[in-house]
Amino acid sequence: MESPHIPSHYQILSTREGYLDLQISGDWVIGNSLPSLDTVKKALYQQQNISHIVIDSSALGKWDSRLVSFILLLSENLNNNNIDLDITALPSGIQSLLHLATMVPVRKGVHKTEYQPSFAERIGNKSLNSLAETHKFITFTGEVWLSLFRFIHGKARFRKQDFWLIVQQCGPDALPIITLISLLMGLILAFMGAIQLRLFGADIYVANLVAIGMSREMGAMMTAIIMAGRTGAAFAAKLGTMQVNEEINAFKTMGIAAIDFLVLPRVLALTLMMPLLTLYADVIGILGGLCVGVGMMDISLVEYYLQTKQSITLVDWSTGIFKSAIYGFLIASIGCMRGIQCGHSSSSVGDATTSAVVRSIVIIIVTDAIFTLIFERIGI
Amino acid sequence: MTAEAHIIVNELSMAYGDFVIQQDLNFTVNKEDIFILMGGSGCGKSTLLRHLVGLKHPAKGSVFYQDTNFWEASEQQRNELMRHNGILYQSGALWSAMTLAENIALPLAEYTDLSSAEIRELVSLKLALVGLSGFEDYYPSEISGGMQKRAGLARAIALDPDILFFDEPSAGLDPVSAKLLDDLILELRDSLGATVVIVTHELSSIFAIGNNSIFLDTDSKTMIASGDPKILLKECEDSRVRQFLTRGEKNNRTEIYS
Repeated sequence: MESPHIPSHYQILSTREGYLDLQISGDWVIGNSLPSLDTVKKALYQQQNISHIVIDSSALGKWDSRLVSFILLLSENLNNNNIDLDITALPSGIQSLLHLATMVPVRKGVHKTEYQPSFAERIGNKSLNSLAETHKFITFTGEVWLSLFRFIHGKARFRKQDFWLIVQQCGPDALPIITLISLLMGLILAFMGAIQLRLFGADIYVANLVAIGMSREMGAMMTAIIMAGRTGAAFAAKLGTMQVNEEINAFKTMGIAAIDFLVLPRVLALTLMMPLLTLYADVIGILGGLCVGVGMMDISLVEYYLQTKQSITLVDWSTGIFKSAIYGFLIASIGCMRGIQCGHSSSSVGDATTSAVVRSIVIIIVTDAIFTLIFERIGI
Repeated sequence: MTAEAHIIVNELSMAYGDFVIQQDLNFTVNKEDIFILMGGSGCGKSTLLRHLVGLKHPAKGSVFYQDTNFWEASEQQRNELMRHNGILYQSGALWSAMTLAENIALPLAEYTDLSSAEIRELVSLKLALVGLSGFEDYYPSEISGGMQKRAGLARAIALDPDILFFDEPSAGLDPVSAKLLDDLILELRDSLGATVVIVTHELSSIFAIGNNSIFLDTDSKTMIASGDPKILLKECEDSRVRQFLTRGEKNNRTEIYS
């Protein structure tokens, strides 16, 4: 255990005309509380003609940067009153540190001003930002379309092996999680319906509920949300890391369009894989409902199958699959866009990834709402 | 032998939004120069490099590649000009998902009609030139920082460029590697006949290989000296330039850090 510190203390000795003699005593270290400057300030106020302050350190024990910062504080207060501070009696170490600390003058214009915008101003700024964001996104989507056209004309360049690797990551690699979630989704839908339908003796319509629910809405939406968190985030992270590493600049200065090389294969891969995954999710979801129907509700396998077959039409399947292709395009675009827009600080890639996932999910649900309205209007 | 202008910069101002980094820059890079962009940290040397290679649009002023106004030209013309540039980024900027061979092969596959066998031969040659023979199938994450820089250089010279740009090439290199890199730069300039533009503050490299330069000052936000660094060392009167070139030795210690 260290020996206990002697408390820091200073006192003003008998003063000469125009001079203030400060005697510093005790241990001035981190761990001791600093005495306040009020005594000095009071003395300065009482004796208006002070022109020098001399510091005496004969009674000084241990010291560290606490003492240095105290003296700096003192000198800051004095400079406003044009009083000279004499530190020549202090240990040479303190004098050197003080000299070092005051060597470089404060650079002009470097202090950041604290400006608190008003509530209305913040709302205004947020709206303008949202508008700018939407504009950027539409521009980006346009560039992706142009890239697609170039691809169709055979002028876009990306590596075939990159494309197939991404297809594998978006498609087959996602099957386990899609299976699990869709199965459970079907189960949940069936449960929800079962209790209500049982009251009317309409148990068999559970099959309808699950089939229509999965194929029209839930298959596409759940798959999209999973893929947004999984693949959208992966795209944003990958492209964001490349941006931080200047790899995307390297493409640009080599005259290779990053959008053709990096974004296009990802957008194509996800847009093609989503309908397949959704179809699979629909079937697995119906299977989940089957488990509940057969296991819990005394509906036979054949009955359930026939009822399911009867309840949905090709139109139901098509709406879900069509929407899923759109979702795929949106998820990939947003993920890639966020990645490319990534900043250069250490938290940037994380921010880009989070933003990509959140935005994707929001846009998916908004798009779903819009489509549901449209389909309802046109009677599909 | 009169010097022929390769890049001409006229009244260039660089800014991020309202924040001006440098202004009123006027200089000419001649053919086969080894042109140094130097200045204190944060003065905007790397930003200036970005303006010269097509990564950032100037706030004011123009950049000419011989007779073509770079930033007024169409994107296609710019891409055409950029194709003849080779750039070594500070961290190498190798494409991390590809092996070294694939990194160097990409520009070759993109812009030439060579068969894949011929491309493989060229790739091996470029890697051998930078001393990385045998590392064709390594990924960037599997090699050291110094080797990544050399691989980045191999990629920069893949298409035998007219102008080579280096962003802080000796950063992170030990003195021996830095000297080897300097020698390599000289060799490439002589054999390819390339013009070289280097952003650096390594004094040993500046004096060893630079034959022309500009000095950017952070506080006044403009260039305050230009010419051969060795002549600047002998004749320049400006204290800021002198302190930089002599590592602060000839002056009062109090101004080292500014």
